[in-house]
Amino acid sequence: MGRLQGSRRRGASTGIPEAIRSNPFEVKVNRQKFHVLGKKRKHEVGLPGVSRSRAVRKRTATLLKEYRQRGKSSVFIDKRFGEYDTKISPEEKMMKRFALERQRNTDKKSIYNLNEDEELTHYGQSLADIEKLNDIVDSDSDAEERGALSAELTAAHFGGGGGLLHKKDASAQKEEVPEKAKSRKELIEELIAKSKQEKRERQTQKEQTLELTEKLDSDWKQIQGLLAHKTPTSKRKDNTEFKTKPDEYDMIVRELGFEIKVQPSDRMKTEDELAKEEQERLQQLEAERLHRMLGDNEGNKNRPKHTSADDLGDGFVLDKDDRQLLSYKDGKLLNLGDEQGDNENENESVMEEGGDETSCEDEENETSDDDSHSDLESDLDSQEVDGIPENKEAVKTKPKKKLLRREEAQFEPVGTELPYTFTAPESYEDLQHLLSGKSGEQQLIVLERIQKCNHPSLAVGNKAKLEKLFGFLLEYSGELATRDPPELKMVDKLVLHLYNLCQMFPEAAGGCVRSILRDAAHEMEEMIEVKGRAALPRLDVLVILKITSILFPTSDFWHPVVTPALSYMSQVLIKCPVVSLEDVTTGLFVCCLFLEYVSLSRRFIPELINFLLGILHLSVPSTGIVGYTLVHPFRLHGKNSELLLVSNKEDIETWHKKYLPLYAVNGLTETSKTELNHYRLSCLATCLDLVKKSISLYGSLPAFQEIIGPIRTLLTDHLPVKEYPKQLQELVKNVLEEMDSKEKHYEPLVFEKKKPVPLKLYTPKVVEILDFGRKQGCSREERERKRLIHKHKREFKGAIREIRKDSQFLAKQQLSEIMERDRERKRKVNQLFNSLSTQEGEWKALKRKKMKGESTN
Amino acid sequence: MAEIGAGCLLARSLDLVLQSRGNANAVFDVLEFLQSEKEDEILSAVRTCSRLFGSLLERGELFVGTLPEEDEPTVAANCSAEDQYRIWMRHRYNSCVCCLMELMAHSSFQVKESAMCTLMKFVSLEGKYPLVKVDWDEKYNFPQELLKGVVENLLLVEEDSSLLISRFQEFLEYDDVRYYVMTSVSDNVARVMQKSKEALLPVYQQNVFSLISSLNMPSQESELNNFMVKQQANHEGWKVTKLKEHRRAFERMWIGFLKHRLPTSLYKKVLVILHDSILPHMSKPVLMIDFLTAAYEIGGAISLLALNGLFVLIHQHNLEYPDFYKKLYNLLDPSIFHVKYQARFFHLTNLFLSSTHLPLYLVSAFAKRLSRLSLSAPPQALLMVIPFICNLVRRHPACRPLIHRPHGPHDLRDDPYIMEEEDPSKSRAVESSLWELQALQKHYHPDVAKEAELINHPLSDLETDVAKLLEMSCYELFEREVKKKFKSVPLEFEPVRGLFGKKKDICVEHFELL
Repeated sequence: MGRLQGSRRRGASTGIPEAIRSNPFEVKVNRQKFHVLGKKRKHEVGLPGVSRSRAVRKRTATLLKEYRQRGKSSVFIDKRFGEYDTKISPEEKMMKRFALERQRNTDKKSIYNLNEDEELTHYGQSLADIEKLNDIVDSDSDAEERGALSAELTAAHFGGGGGLLHKKDASAQKEEVPEKAKSRKELIEELIAKSKQEKRERQTQKEQTLELTEKLDSDWKQIQGLLAHKTPTSKRKDNTEFKTKPDEYDMIVRELGFEIKVQPSDRMKTEDELAKEEQERLQQLEAERLHRMLGDNEGNKNRPKHTSADDLGDGFVLDKDDRQLLSYKDGKLLNLGDEQGDNENENESVMEEGGDETSCEDEENETSDDDSHSDLESDLDSQEVDGIPENKEAVKTKPKKKLLRREEAQFEPVGTELPYTFTAPESYEDLQHLLSGKSGEQQLIVLERIQKCNHPSLAVGNKAKLEKLFGFLLEYSGELATRDPPELKMVDKLVLHLYNLCQMFPEAAGGCVRSILRDAAHEMEEMIEVKGRAALPRLDVLVILKITSILFPTSDFWHPVVTPALSYMSQVLIKCPVVSLEDVTTGLFVCCLFLEYVSLSRRFIPELINFLLGILHLSVPSTGIVGYTLVHPFRLHGKNSELLLVSNKEDIETWHKKYLPLYAVNGLTETSKTELNHYRLSCLATCLDLVKKSISLYGSLPAFQEIIGPIRTLLTDHLPVKEYPKQLQELVKNVLEEMDSKEKHYEPLVFEKKKPVPLKLYTPKVVEILDFGRKQGCSREERERKRLIHKHKREFKGAIREIRKDSQFLAKQQLSEIMERDRERKRKVNQLFNSLSTQEGEWKALKRKKMKGESTN
Repeated sequence: MAEIGAGCLLARSLDLVLQSRGNANAVFDVLEFLQSEKEDEILSAVRTCSRLFGSLLERGELFVGTLPEEDEPTVAANCSAEDQYRIWMRHRYNSCVCCLMELMAHSSFQVKESAMCTLMKFVSLEGKYPLVKVDWDEKYNFPQELLKGVVENLLLVEEDSSLLISRFQEFLEYDDVRYYVMTSVSDNVARVMQKSKEALLPVYQQNVFSLISSLNMPSQESELNNFMVKQQANHEGWKVTKLKEHRRAFERMWIGFLKHRLPTSLYKKVLVILHDSILPHMSKPVLMIDFLTAAYEIGGAISLLALNGLFVLIHQHNLEYPDFYKKLYNLLDPSIFHVKYQARFFHLTNLFLSSTHLPLYLVSAFAKRLSRLSLSAPPQALLMVIPFICNLVRRHPACRPLIHRPHGPHDLRDDPYIMEEEDPSKSRAVESSLWELQALQKHYHPDVAKEAELINHPLSDLETDVAKLLEMSCYELFEREVKKKFKSVPLEFEPVRGLFGKKKDICVEHFELL
């Protein structure tokens, strides 16, 4: 009932006569306490009388009916069309009823069943009759009368126009009458028949087209064979016959077909652009290095990378164009990869760049980044492995890479004697076996070929093989260094291979170097536990340390390989006592390495300063009191406390600065006293130079004067400088000058300024209100929910009111019924009383009559 | 053959002596073998002696009481044959003991060991079947003289007998043995050192030290219940049962030992165990003051070690030590980070400086000196000392200007702190700043640099636990670094030219490959 309210109200504002609305007794004005501007008002005026009467009317039509039929089980429904509609005239009503009836009849059970319906006519003639024509004239055969069809034919075929016209002539009068008398019914029938016919025609036409297409198809299939001439059939035959052994010609044809067409590429870059690009690349790398040096890359790492909405989540990032651009330099074809490094394989260079720039990317990714061209090349490579001689390949690839390395050119004639393919060594012994008995150049070629034959793009297991190779090579370089005499030249060459391999597999290489360092440190620790002191490391470890500084950036704040290496070197300087000139050499070399490691990052190494001080102390004649303190492993007085002291005047005068040979680490060759003294002085010179270098490195440190203080005391007060050769005196003077040139400047320490926390702002938050009256400030769902709750409440109230009114209405109805019944009864009782009193009266009158009569008698 | 012969002979004479007194002279055969040249002969002789006199002691066939001289005429006259036999046997027993004592200085350890064990067996048997007449007054008997002899032979002047002493340790588990050993050691030390007239006797002192350092003192009287010689009567009056007596003996022994000059290595050893195993068992630990102060004055590592004992005295026994902090301050020198006892020293220094009532100048001086020293410290020490300094500043908020002096004098020419000044109050550390820590922010080791960077910001209130960092070694630091997991390995981008081919290669200026 409640739902009907709205419609009723809408009716209230429209269909009410003006008389009622203007009647002040009917109108109830809802007074407004105050006016709100712009507010739409709905219920200013009410018409209680009208609305009440409407409600009553409605209830009598619905509720009252229900009430009256409450005890009844069946209902009478009058379904006649428009029976109770007074608006339609009886004529119209009849028309509609007829149409409805027809419609009901035409409703077929199946639209495909055409025969079911009534007979179709055409101008009153049954269509069935027309179709059963007896005299079919073949118009095609009648050549003479071509173009002019006989009237009968047309009449028979087209049933309509012509025939009718003829007939009109004959029986015009007769025909006209029925035509005119065509009732509405006939007209309608005709209409329907016409539309049906059209429909049927359309259907047949469609069927025909379908049939024709099918036929055409089948025909085409037959003809197709003929059209294709003979080649396809023969090919088909061939295919079936020789599928197992493809014809060479076919293969060529295929290959030609699939060959990559020349694709448009970017224009060639000019020299300037190339240089600029290279510079940019280096700048970027340098920036990354600086970033790592400052040690704040870890914070960035944690931050999740931005992922695009289109990201497939497959880890494939295409943020830069990896394609190699052709470029010329001095009229020669130039490859970026060749310029950067010295790798043979173009593939490799691409990968290396990838490795450089995005070192965190997986190897797989990098290989997959290779374009199809490189795939093709790798195919060629694989053929090489299968046995095509390498020099052929060299000829092939020569035009590709123009910048041939000198070395390779050198090795070319030697290389011809060696086999072209090598399997990657499975163990260190394999490698030794491979390289033993070969000259240095041959060894390098062997290594180069191993790397080529086992390039990771060629087979799945090659990556692991080459990773192993790196470890073996590292071990091999260590072994070369321990040989007597050490073959450092060879190591020097091997470093190139190590570098290349390391660029390919940074993780594996890092792990490898780490494990070697770990072994060395472990060995030292064991020695300390057993003997109480450790010897300085041998040349092999020194070489590994040096190689580490070549392969990895030493300036990083933390680096998985470099930091342990630094730790190891610090252990060496702290724990190993210096007892011989060899030890001095080793120690100085370690100091050199240390300085080199920190040359970019300028980090402070207390051990280094201590050690240099100790070494300098070795050249001071022991007197007793000194103004500085030595720390472990050096002692003020002891067995070797004058190891570097030179007192022979003659030797001092004949000294010239010489390089310290690295092999001296394994054992000095100089034996004569003069040579030894010279060697001592060289060590001293080296040491002083290192002091100078560290001064320039640490000059900017806030406590520089305190750091360098002991060395200064030693140099000024204790070192017998005056006895030293001119060159050394100069050096000492330089060092002291440099020390003094560093400014003594102390600023009191202050905490870093904190970033000011912004004050809380009290400006109101502006929210755009798009539509008034709605509940603001909550989510859409919440708003919808609130709206529904509100609506439900209102509807509920309305429903209660309606129900109440219904029951009032019903009660009133029942009361009126009861009153009616009572009145009826009263009336009947009165009637009875009346009749009885009449009866009584009559009877009394009769009695009186009788009495009268008796009296009269 | 001879060996078997000796064995057989010994077994036979043992049987003979034990079977009848008539064959008593066979004892001489046994005693003869004790002086043999051959090791195994001696060994079997010692075993035979042990069994022989063991059973004789048990049977009571040895003379009890003061033993008359063997050749004394009265013996023959006054005593019965029975007594004469027992006196004679007792004399044999005594000579056997003498022989065994001599054997304790034998070159072979096995001989020494079995001789000692036999003697100790005699000690326990003599305790059970006393050879001295029991007076009613002195009803507790223990063969002190015998034990003294054993101890005397343990503490040899020329020979290092640490092995034998460690064997002897099992007997020191007996409370009574321990007590009497302590008394005999103090006698022995006094006697020997007096004889040597204050000259160092390194071997002897080492022996004494290894014997007395292995004494395991009980801490409660109720623990005194393990006796080698069980007394029949109740233990009430026996000195051995009193913890106080034990302590007194212990104290007398140690003080007697320590009052003589010691070799440096022994000095260190004593100081290492002093606080832990000596001081708690002394009845008056304060008596050690002289020793400790003397040690503290020596300087260097010995001073560092003396700290520990001093700490116990100061902390628990109310010792007042003038200029203690000044001396502690002067102990700090560059070698402090390189000595063996670094962990112990810093542990104690941390304790000494944990008081919040220390004056500002003192704490500042310590902080400044430590940071100055850290300029030459190895990384593992730095990882400890930087939090140490930070803790000092945290504990004493007045020290904050050391790391934060916003309105201080700018543009100083020199560090106001005077490193050479011995008196912390005159070192002017209060006016200084910890520039050294600022320099260490550029340390090559990432962890050290991170630690040093803490002073750039106001320190947190919570102190860092230094205890965990004290024991870290260089190698551990390296291991920690190697064990770190890594995700990626950044690579050098500068192309390589050779071993020395880097740009600005320093090695190439001084070294050549060939």
